[in-house]
Amino acid sequence: MFAPRRRQKGEVNVSKYLLIQSKSPWESGDVAHFYALARELGHAGGEVTLFLVQNGVMPARAGAKDAALDQLLDSQVRVLADDFSLRERAIGPGAMKRGIRTSSIDEIVDLLSVGAKALWH
Amino acid sequence: MSTLTIGIMDPPYESANTPTAFRLVEAAIRKGHDVYVFCYEGATALGYAGQKQHPNAVHGTSLEAEDHPNPKEWVKSLLAFAAEKKVKLVWCNCGMCVDERGVENQVEGTCRGSPVDAWKYCEASDGVLLIGTE
Repeated sequence: MFAPRRRQKGEVNVSKYLLIQSKSPWESGDVAHFYALARELGHAGGEVTLFLVQNGVMPARAGAKDAALDQLLDSQVRVLADDFSLRERAIGPGAMKRGIRTSSIDEIVDLLSVGAKALWH
Repeated sequence: MSTLTIGIMDPPYESANTPTAFRLVEAAIRKGHDVYVFCYEGATALGYAGQKQHPNAVHGTSLEAEDHPNPKEWVKSLLAFAAEKKVKLVWCNCGMCVDERGVENQVEGTCRGSPVDAWKYCEASDGVLLIGTE
């Protein structure tokens, strides 16, 4: 029987988390909750990467109005955007918000290979 | 090197999730990792051998000119790439999902399993990603 390990009081959460966002905030109301989950995991001490892919890269544009994402950029969460998805949508490096780094899908593989807990939305 | 499990649920031709999943598997193989892919629900049709190319009457292009990519070719390419890189790629389809859809005729190299196999793959893996559908 699987029994989740309980964290002891005062113990720091050092887990790696990989949250992959494939939708834009304008197509799903859940996106803001997903960002919030990333932020809370970061506050709890986790090492959190939010990876934007597919339409998930749309709010990475400098002019995009997405306050929930902007809040994340000021937090401990590392925000990456998939280079392929950016190219498909003609979002160049100079057109992106500060705090978001262009990355490749290889980074997802690297995080999975070291046991990051991954969640796709 | 590590072992990864990637679960796919979306059927072919419908979602950007599918090419992203293919890209992930390709990247994992390229980096030398062993990969278990478990296809569930509509994703079991990705390796269906009966997929056919077609001309495009709207664009006026022939079958050859259109060269429409079918996902079964990508599955075959990934299996061949894994063999070339000498890493393990298990492409397992949920048997019940296959039967429901009548897609038993799969490209060579895929296998048939159950959610129990998916659990075993996850247990044996360093990292797991389920690309769910809506």
